[in-house]
Amino acid sequence: MRVTLWGTRGSLAAPGAETARYGGNTSCVEVRGRDGTTLILDAGTGIRRLGVSLPHGLRRVDILLTHLHMDHIQGLGFFATLYNPDAEVHIWGPASTTLKLRTRLMRYLSPPLFPVHLRDLPCRITLHEVPCGDFAIGEFRISSVLVCHPGPTVAYRIVGPSGVLAYVPDHEPALGAAVFPVSSDWTSGYTAAAQADLLIHDAQYSGAEYPNHIGWGHSSLEHALQFGTLAGIKHFVSFHHDPAHSDDDIDRLVAEATEAVRPRFRVSAGMEGATFELPG
Amino acid sequence: MSGKEIEVILLRQLATYLAMPIFIVDPTGALVFYNESAERILGRRFEETGEMSATEWGMEWRPSDDDGTPIPPEKLPLSVALAQRQPAHGRFWIRGLDNVPRYIEAHAFPLTGQADRFLGAVAITWEVGR
Repeated sequence: MRVTLWGTRGSLAAPGAETARYGGNTSCVEVRGRDGTTLILDAGTGIRRLGVSLPHGLRRVDILLTHLHMDHIQGLGFFATLYNPDAEVHIWGPASTTLKLRTRLMRYLSPPLFPVHLRDLPCRITLHEVPCGDFAIGEFRISSVLVCHPGPTVAYRIVGPSGVLAYVPDHEPALGAAVFPVSSDWTSGYTAAAQADLLIHDAQYSGAEYPNHIGWGHSSLEHALQFGTLAGIKHFVSFHHDPAHSDDDIDRLVAEATEAVRPRFRVSAGMEGATFELPG
Repeated sequence: MSGKEIEVILLRQLATYLAMPIFIVDPTGALVFYNESAERILGRRFEETGEMSATEWGMEWRPSDDDGTPIPPEKLPLSVALAQRQPAHGRFWIRGLDNVPRYIEAHAFPLTGQADRFLGAVAITWEVGR
């Protein structure tokens, strides 16, 4: 399993000289199996470059959306494969309590927000609502679990022949907890991340910033590392960087949080273009 | 590897901040959480009891009607909401471990989560004067 980060920024794309190293594109991760199976986790602005890089002969792509906030779907309309009539695109994502996934996606993929209707895209699109139990795509077994973030939001656990990837880009497991972390069974997202070889996790805020953003659905770096410790993961990748954080800020914040929590696993700051092979 | 559903986790967190006694049961009827206000009327801390099976919690606090007749566990509002997946309410006596009889009004609701997943039931209770 090869995992490539195409967008690591949270909330809003943040291009500029001060973010050039970690990147300014919003959430998008490619997962490639040995058998060629291609998963795309979220369709933030990073999906545009990913789409250009895909092999021309690729016939099926599965896009797994964690939720439908704009920074996770904004690139969808610019994903080249959607305009290929020979391509088969499966989009997985959560419905709401009252609206189907299709209706929710159409709110973006229709005028005035986007000029092309979802129904008019040339590729063959199939929508799947999650959570829906375990499912298989190529060599991967995938499960989704609802996690703590405003609106229906899932984490994905992807099990392949060479390891387990947990993708939890928007997550506030410490919300409301008097003491964090608590026991594993009462911690949001635990089942998705347990014993994962690689955890890509929300780390939007510093410990100092978090108290002013409680309930916004994101984690401090410290909470994210504590979550990783509880889950017994092997490698942590910080993700969903705050758009106001420069590259230097990210370096400093990750170093400070790692020093404070002293996790037993490897910690990497999520950098656009980075690739991880599982097992690492 | 097990974990509570996010709706139940968030409900527990809300309950810890509310001053009304709140009880949460899972789909099997096991009492998975009660809050600090509930501890006060039950006379036992959740940390002491931990999760309890439907039979255990239904008998633990000796619920009875106005005449002192014991109420079977399956007749309690929380059990009714769970079994019938409909709201239920009732007034009854309980006697906590401090042996003080308290008159309780309970409103119970089934818990339905995203994608219509059945997650158990919750009861919000109130100690009422007689």
